[in-house]
Amino acid sequence: MSAARPSAAAETEAVRELPPVPSTSRTSSAELSVRQRMREKLKAARTKAEITLSQEDPSSQPRGLKGTRERKPGVGLDKRSGNDKSREMPEGDSRLPSKVKFRDSVKKLKQKSTLQNDFPSEEEAYNFFTFNFDAAAEKLKTGAMKKNGLSEEEEVEEECDETHEDEQEEDEMDEDVCLVKDDLFIGQTDEDLVVVKPVDCESYTEQLKREKEFLFIPSMLAVPASEKMPRNMQPRYLEDEGLYTGERPFVTQSNQNILENRILRQDQGKEWFGDDGKILALPNPIKQSCTRPPIFSLEEGLAPELETVYRKAIKMTSTNQYLVGPGDFQGMFQLDIDISGLIFTHHPCFSREHVLAAKLAQLYDQYLARKQKNLTKLLTDKLHALRSAVQYSMEGAGGDGVPVAQQSIPEYKMEIRQTRRLRDAEQEKDRTLLKTIIKVWKQIKSLRDFQKFTNTPMKLYLRKEEVDQKSDEKAYEAEIQAEIKELLEECMEEYEKKMEEYKTELRDWKSWKKTQKSKKKKKKDTLVDEESEDHDFGEERIKPIPPKVANSLEIEQQVREKAEKCRRKPGEPILVPELTLSGSITPTEQCPRAEVLRREDVKKRSAFIKVLFNSKEVSRTVTRPISSDFRVHFGQIFNLQIINWPESLKLQIYETTGISSTTLLAEVFLPVPETAVLTGSAPLEEIEFSSDQRVVLDHEGVGSGVSFSFEADGSNKMTFMTSGKVSSSVSWAVGEKGIPLIPPVSQQNTGIPSALKNIDAIASIGTSGLTDMKKLAKWAAEAKLDPNDPNNAALMQLIMITTSGEAHVPDFFRLEQLQQEFNFVSDEEFNRSKRFRLLQLRNEEVAEFRNYKQVPLHEREISEKIFQDYEKRVQERDVIDSKNYLDAHRAVVANYLQKVRESVIKRFLIAKHHFILSDLVNEEEIPGLGILGLGLFKLAEPKRPLRPRRKERKKVTAQNLSDGDIKLLVNIIRAYDIPVRKPVMSKLQQPSKSSRSFNEMFAASPSAQSPPNSPDWAFNQVLVRPFVEVSFQRTVCRTTTAEGPSPCWNEELELPFRAPNGDYSTHSLQSVKDEVFINVFDEVLHDAVEDDHERGSGIHTRIERHWLGCVKIPFTTIYFQARIDGTFKVNIPPVLLGYSKEKSVGMERGFDSVRNLSEGSYITLFITIEPQLIPGESVREKMNEMLKKFDTQEDEKLLQAAEKYEAECTSKFPSRQCLTTVIDLDGKTVFITRYIKPLNPPQELLDAVPNRSQTAAELVARYVALIPFLPDSVSFAGICDLWSTSDQFLYLLAGDEEEHAVLLCNYFLGMGKKAWLIIGNAIPEIWFNMQEYDSPGRIYFDISKPKLWKPFFSRSLPFPGLRSVQPEELTYEHSDKAAALELQSRIEKILKDKIMEWRPTRPTRWNRYCTSTLRNFLPLLEQNQGKDVEDDHQAELQKQLGDYRVSGFPIHMPYSEVRPLIEAVHSTRVHTIDVSNVEFALAVYIHAYPQNVLSIWIYVASLVRNR
Amino acid sequence: MAAPSVFLLAVSGEIESGEFPGFDDLYCKFSFVYGQDWVPTAGLEEGISQITSKSSVSPTTLVWNFPIDITFKSTNPFGWPQIVLSVYGPDFFGHDVVRGYGAVHVPFVPGRHKRTIAMFVPESTSRLQQLTSWFTGRRPEFTDPKVVAQGEGREVTRVRSQGFVTVSFNVITKDLHKLGYDVGQ
Repeated sequence: MSAARPSAAAETEAVRELPPVPSTSRTSSAELSVRQRMREKLKAARTKAEITLSQEDPSSQPRGLKGTRERKPGVGLDKRSGNDKSREMPEGDSRLPSKVKFRDSVKKLKQKSTLQNDFPSEEEAYNFFTFNFDAAAEKLKTGAMKKNGLSEEEEVEEECDETHEDEQEEDEMDEDVCLVKDDLFIGQTDEDLVVVKPVDCESYTEQLKREKEFLFIPSMLAVPASEKMPRNMQPRYLEDEGLYTGERPFVTQSNQNILENRILRQDQGKEWFGDDGKILALPNPIKQSCTRPPIFSLEEGLAPELETVYRKAIKMTSTNQYLVGPGDFQGMFQLDIDISGLIFTHHPCFSREHVLAAKLAQLYDQYLARKQKNLTKLLTDKLHALRSAVQYSMEGAGGDGVPVAQQSIPEYKMEIRQTRRLRDAEQEKDRTLLKTIIKVWKQIKSLRDFQKFTNTPMKLYLRKEEVDQKSDEKAYEAEIQAEIKELLEECMEEYEKKMEEYKTELRDWKSWKKTQKSKKKKKKDTLVDEESEDHDFGEERIKPIPPKVANSLEIEQQVREKAEKCRRKPGEPILVPELTLSGSITPTEQCPRAEVLRREDVKKRSAFIKVLFNSKEVSRTVTRPISSDFRVHFGQIFNLQIINWPESLKLQIYETTGISSTTLLAEVFLPVPETAVLTGSAPLEEIEFSSDQRVVLDHEGVGSGVSFSFEADGSNKMTFMTSGKVSSSVSWAVGEKGIPLIPPVSQQNTGIPSALKNIDAIASIGTSGLTDMKKLAKWAAEAKLDPNDPNNAALMQLIMITTSGEAHVPDFFRLEQLQQEFNFVSDEEFNRSKRFRLLQLRNEEVAEFRNYKQVPLHEREISEKIFQDYEKRVQERDVIDSKNYLDAHRAVVANYLQKVRESVIKRFLIAKHHFILSDLVNEEEIPGLGILGLGLFKLAEPKRPLRPRRKERKKVTAQNLSDGDIKLLVNIIRAYDIPVRKPVMSKLQQPSKSSRSFNEMFAASPSAQSPPNSPDWAFNQVLVRPFVEVSFQRTVCRTTTAEGPSPCWNEELELPFRAPNGDYSTHSLQSVKDEVFINVFDEVLHDAVEDDHERGSGIHTRIERHWLGCVKIPFTTIYFQARIDGTFKVNIPPVLLGYSKEKSVGMERGFDSVRNLSEGSYITLFITIEPQLIPGESVREKMNEMLKKFDTQEDEKLLQAAEKYEAECTSKFPSRQCLTTVIDLDGKTVFITRYIKPLNPPQELLDAVPNRSQTAAELVARYVALIPFLPDSVSFAGICDLWSTSDQFLYLLAGDEEEHAVLLCNYFLGMGKKAWLIIGNAIPEIWFNMQEYDSPGRIYFDISKPKLWKPFFSRSLPFPGLRSVQPEELTYEHSDKAAALELQSRIEKILKDKIMEWRPTRPTRWNRYCTSTLRNFLPLLEQNQGKDVEDDHQAELQKQLGDYRVSGFPIHMPYSEVRPLIEAVHSTRVHTIDVSNVEFALAVYIHAYPQNVLSIWIYVASLVRNR
Repeated sequence: MAAPSVFLLAVSGEIESGEFPGFDDLYCKFSFVYGQDWVPTAGLEEGISQITSKSSVSPTTLVWNFPIDITFKSTNPFGWPQIVLSVYGPDFFGHDVVRGYGAVHVPFVPGRHKRTIAMFVPESTSRLQQLTSWFTGRRPEFTDPKVVAQGEGREVTRVRSQGFVTVSFNVITKDLHKLGYDVGQ
């Protein structure tokens, strides 16, 4: 179907270009199904019929038809012949309702019937005959086109057959109808509805051409100035003319050109250009400096002006006001607000009369107020009093005893003058007020007459008070006279003063005149030019005018005039106005319409008042209508229960008009009452308000904010705003017991900007407000305030209150004001509860509770014991426990160390909670080029399946582990140079059978009974049967027994590992303090058979083990290094009784002596942890990072340089350690070279060997070595290296290798030797080893070769001369021999007790004789530093003890505390001998070196008596 | 009967399904993270599910229906258990890479609850890292999946959200109310 119905457009094209295809393409038609073709034909036939119809119709009717029927628009349609239509018809048909189709077909039928169409249409005929059937064109078409062509062909064919079809038209018509339906259901597929069309493509150039027609692209070229300017104008540059033009905003020249070109195209485009030929522009709006504070990062160097400045925090006062004060809650306080009513002094609904009445009322109020004050009277009285006082003092001046008064006369006079002036002013005011009242009243009256109705009940009566004419006149006259007199006096004074001035001036003038004259004369003589003369004359002074003498008459006239103006005439009756509301108001019905409207409007209006406390509405009055006299009566009292001193009290006056609209008229602030104002005594106060709303009304009401006039001509306009008065009172309520419910005054003091300031008397005066009462009182005293002056009453009262009542100010403040409210239990309860305490301690990660699981729910389930350890520790922190240390100094030190440790741990805990990305996210590092290259290389490597490779074990992060998961694998491979037994050289040289060791007997020559001193004895004897015992965390494992001095075990021992508290986290593992002890023993078998008779029946042997030496490896070392693989020197005591180093034997036997150059025994070990744990290195580094960041006193530059140096070095040799900065005991970062400084070694040591520097050096080295080791990684939980200075080190008497090395280095420097500290760097300057190898033996120690040693300080960063942290000189305490002796005996006793304790089942006998012998050996050992003495011992012991088999050894240790000594003795297992007749000997020797460095020798021996 | 000294929390339910657009063949690990005062008394704390593929029935969801069943006892509601899920699946090269981490608290209220957990994965720190991790198949992962159950230290990470997992819980508590804890029911 799809092939049969291609798009119309495509088809037309095809038809146009391609003639009907010849039969060659017919073959393809076979591909079409028969059915399809059938349908095709039918359709074609049907449509053909129509086409012929339409074509035959000469009119354009079918075209119109087509327009309605066919939805297809197309250019081709117009051009094309009916072929198109044949395609489109069904399409159109299918869309139209069948009814329409029916009609159409009927129409067609009609047309058909009318026309004879036996012949093809003209066009068809033409087509038929003229088409060029061009086969060549067909070739161009592809298969798809062929299909098109096919259908065309068919159509053409149909056309040919037209005549036949026409004959069957009747049938076809039926068919047509039928087909339409058919089409609807069968033929209608998607393809029928979709028209496929090739994309219209326009060539680019064409597009451009067309675009050019309607697009304008402004040129980027500059516009010539002439075009921009009006004709014949030269550009004018304002800036050159000196006018300010401002900087234009920056626009790129090209953009500007474009803009100009564009503008010029517009109409009146030239208007956009200024005189200078540039586009008009405002000055650049961008500010030169930014107003927003710049954002800067802290890392970069800050400009000094950007540094932050500390400003003290401003305390928020307002928030404080709402909070309950620091004290306890004092209950509710109460404020009573009485709102009695509201009076409008102006209202939009006022009539003119109302306006006047209000004015009158206001004036009357003023009058009453003045009358009440009666200032005139007051001042007059004062004046009289003053006058009489002056009079009196004048008279009294003649007499004696009142010289004081004399002095005050001028003062009085001054006062009289002032008072008189005041009185006159007051009098004048009184009089004008009265006059105005009368005037307004007259206005009202005239208005009432004019409008013929009365609106207000106001009536003014003027009451006349008759006065006695004569007395009045007399008083008046007297007053005038007095005044005249005073004025005269005044004038006289003035005159005199002026006269005085005049005289002096005159004198001056005269003298000046004289000189002038003389000058003139001279000038005349010399005939100087005129100009100068003129000049002189111009400067001539005016002659002073003598002052006028005051004329009494003039003064009198003045006085009288004034009196007339401001005073009542004598004899005139006193007018007393009285305002009454007794007048009658004209009833509404008699009023004109405008007035009626006004009155109705007033009735609609009502008002209410809201009460706002601290700007929050607390209550409101009822809505009351405004009465006709514009008064609203509320009469309501509101009781406000408050907690704090109020900040503000406010009334809001609302007016409602009609039902709905409510407007806020005004807000009135009420003063917060004084503390003395209590309910009952508070007077009603009237507070004025006004509103600036503009109201225009259409009736008699005058409105608000609208100007109006009383005059007929509209002049003298007046404008009033709505205003009024609220009468209310605010007072403090009185409680039940008569106590006023007032919040404490103190609160009010906290807030300076309180509302009180707005209204209180003091603030208005200008003093600092209520805050400083003392200041106020002082001010009051200074200002001589009249306490009786009613104006000052409020002030005086305030002062009284505040000075009597103590103002209580809290002397603390609360940081978290609401904390108490948030606490769910009280602090007391919290502290008492064991559970809370436990939870708290656990949260703080206190060591004892860090991993405490399942804190019990109930208090009772927690036993007190839990805290015991912790409490003990906390208590003991400060108590120095001397029991464990036997030495006060060391106890102190231990305590100090403990504290340091704690502080470090605290820091560490903080650091632990500081995460970096690598802690949380595992991310592959980007492989470097080297690694990539290596990987490639590996790929190319030949495979060698037979060569075993070490596989990397999978690392386990220590978190999902539990007890028993981790094992310690110790592989003991072999040992070298184990000491060998010496033949027992009994004194008697006659070994008894039973005393001979089983071994000897067994392994000896076949002739067991042969004497052991035969020459081959030494060769045949089994020298030693060593085995290794490994103990770790109280688990002990041992190997099998091997033989000979160089045994090979090759055994793997597995020891379980248990982390403390079951916490397998990294940091916990780092703090494991356990050590792996690897002890080498000799297994000695003794024949236990007592009786020779039993020998035949059985073998009874006793195994003895003799300690030979040990190796200690801390767990942390294994943990950090993951595996330990190497040969270690076995710590063998200098003397092993009964044993000798193989050396001697070896020599005898001609062994290879090279190996023997290295003294001592060695053991090869391989230790690792299974599974492999990832050491938490990051924590350590992080800690260091943190410490570096926060605490340092070093120069920033230096640190940066150091960091750079370190980075450079590590990038070159990642495996090597490079240290430039270390952390001192205070946790501060210190540059490493500061530790190096020549220091004096103890003098004693130098004195001991005066000349031989080599020995001295050895001695010093030994001294340093005697200071106990205390590795940081153990003591400080593997967190960081702490370096102590040498003096600290000596004081602490403990430290790790760094301290030892530093001290030794310093000593050597002090002794004038060249010394460096080598930790992969050398000091005093830091050098980094740039050589290929890093084992010490292979390093060239020549720092002058820059190739090999990279210096830290170079020319670019010269050595800044860092001050050393070391002290200038070390002072040494002299050794305390007595204390050492005491310690010696105490330790001996403790050790003896311990040995007895370890042998609970057997008696422990002490051989005193042996002990004393041993004791004698020890000092010798110390002297010789444990070298080459053993033979002597053996011999001597044998000599002294006789028939004993002795095995024993001295242990040498630096002394730190007792515990390690006990451990050491215990680990030798001397006590385990269970021969019944064993005896022990133990001796201790302590050698004291300066600064309390103690060297301890313990000699332990077991003796078995030979039978 | 004496007052109880612990309360019990029994959780059963299942990890029902996940929605990870663009990923297929995923499996899921779960583990419970709980405070120090909590002890699991029965059931599995950790588990790993089968690998599931998308179906044509619901082409967006990956159904695991992996049961969880665990009982805790505790003395303190602090540290209430959370279930931590991590979803893994093969990437373009067939490496097993993480497709999402997520955690949610076990509901307090007894009854049946359904939770949809939004899952996320840590982002590479740089574009280059992203590229190399894509090649090597070693995407950034949390050192410990339990990191997502803690708030500490998360500020240093950047994550991208990546799908959802639906978990249903059936919660039973015992003695919680008796001990004075009100869970609002």
